[in-house]
Amino acid sequence: MSRFRARVRVMPRPSILDPQGQAVSHALGELGFAGVGDVRVGRAVEVLLEAATADAAREGALKMCERLLANPVTEDYVLEGVEPAP
Amino acid sequence: MKVAVVRFPGSNCDADALHAAAAAGAETTYVWHRSADLGGADVVVLPGGFCYGDYLRPGAIARFSPVMRAVAAHAAAGRPVLGICNGFQVLCEARLLPGALARNAGLSFVCRPVTIRVESDATPFTARYARGQVLRMPVAHGDGRYVADPDTLDRLEREERVVFRYVGGNPNGAMRDIAGITNEGRNVVGLMPHPERAADALLGSEDGAAMFALAGVAAGV
Repeated sequence: MSRFRARVRVMPRPSILDPQGQAVSHALGELGFAGVGDVRVGRAVEVLLEAATADAAREGALKMCERLLANPVTEDYVLEGVEPAP
Repeated sequence: MKVAVVRFPGSNCDADALHAAAAAGAETTYVWHRSADLGGADVVVLPGGFCYGDYLRPGAIARFSPVMRAVAAHAAAGRPVLGICNGFQVLCEARLLPGALARNAGLSFVCRPVTIRVESDATPFTARYARGQVLRMPVAHGDGRYVADPDTLDRLEREERVVFRYVGGNPNGAMRDIAGITNEGRNVVGLMPHPERAADALLGSEDGAAMFALAGVAAGV
């Protein structure tokens, strides 16, 4: 078994209003940043896990996304990477 | 009739819910979330609060508590389950109700009385209300904006499974002003407002009391 670090990005679905993103967009404008458009606020999750291979780690991480890390009603997820961990 | 109020770490409306059920004449008991059974209860209430500190998403972790298997079995057997506020969030995360509760549109935690209309009297918790009846009770939540995909919303409306709707102002931006819904079997109800905080004249409203006085639920049924 080897150790891996899976990096997951969870974002509000485009069809779902993201009031946090709107508030951040407004605040950036107030700070004088010109041209700030849509902002969306999501969440990054890193999971350290043991698996036989990187593919097995990836498969495990995807299952974690489906079952817990993201809510399919409101959020989309991307498994950004699975890399060996010390 | 025996009512079980489930306590998760972070539940904070458990005593209020138990009190409201007792005041309605029920035998009452608390059930700790690590319990695998419901103590022979006829009715289960998942109370308000912030179980597991709302980590990840409200209700996301509570869904895996051992008691939720018993709650799911109770629901699958057609027996009554009521989720209030955080309890509604848990029921959605557990897929016992469709949709999800997202961050309030205005971002602020909203804690004030609201007006809701009873849209369905076909659930055990609303059988004592009249359809169209208007109730006054508080909300207290930061994540109460009901969301679902358009097909689910259409289906809920078509099947008359929207149980409560906000009227005269929507406190959280909920889609189609939805404050509470029920499952296909009409035995699982979730709502964001707090009927247990409006179950006694001393609290400023008694409109929620009837939600705990279940008609036609006898012991062992």
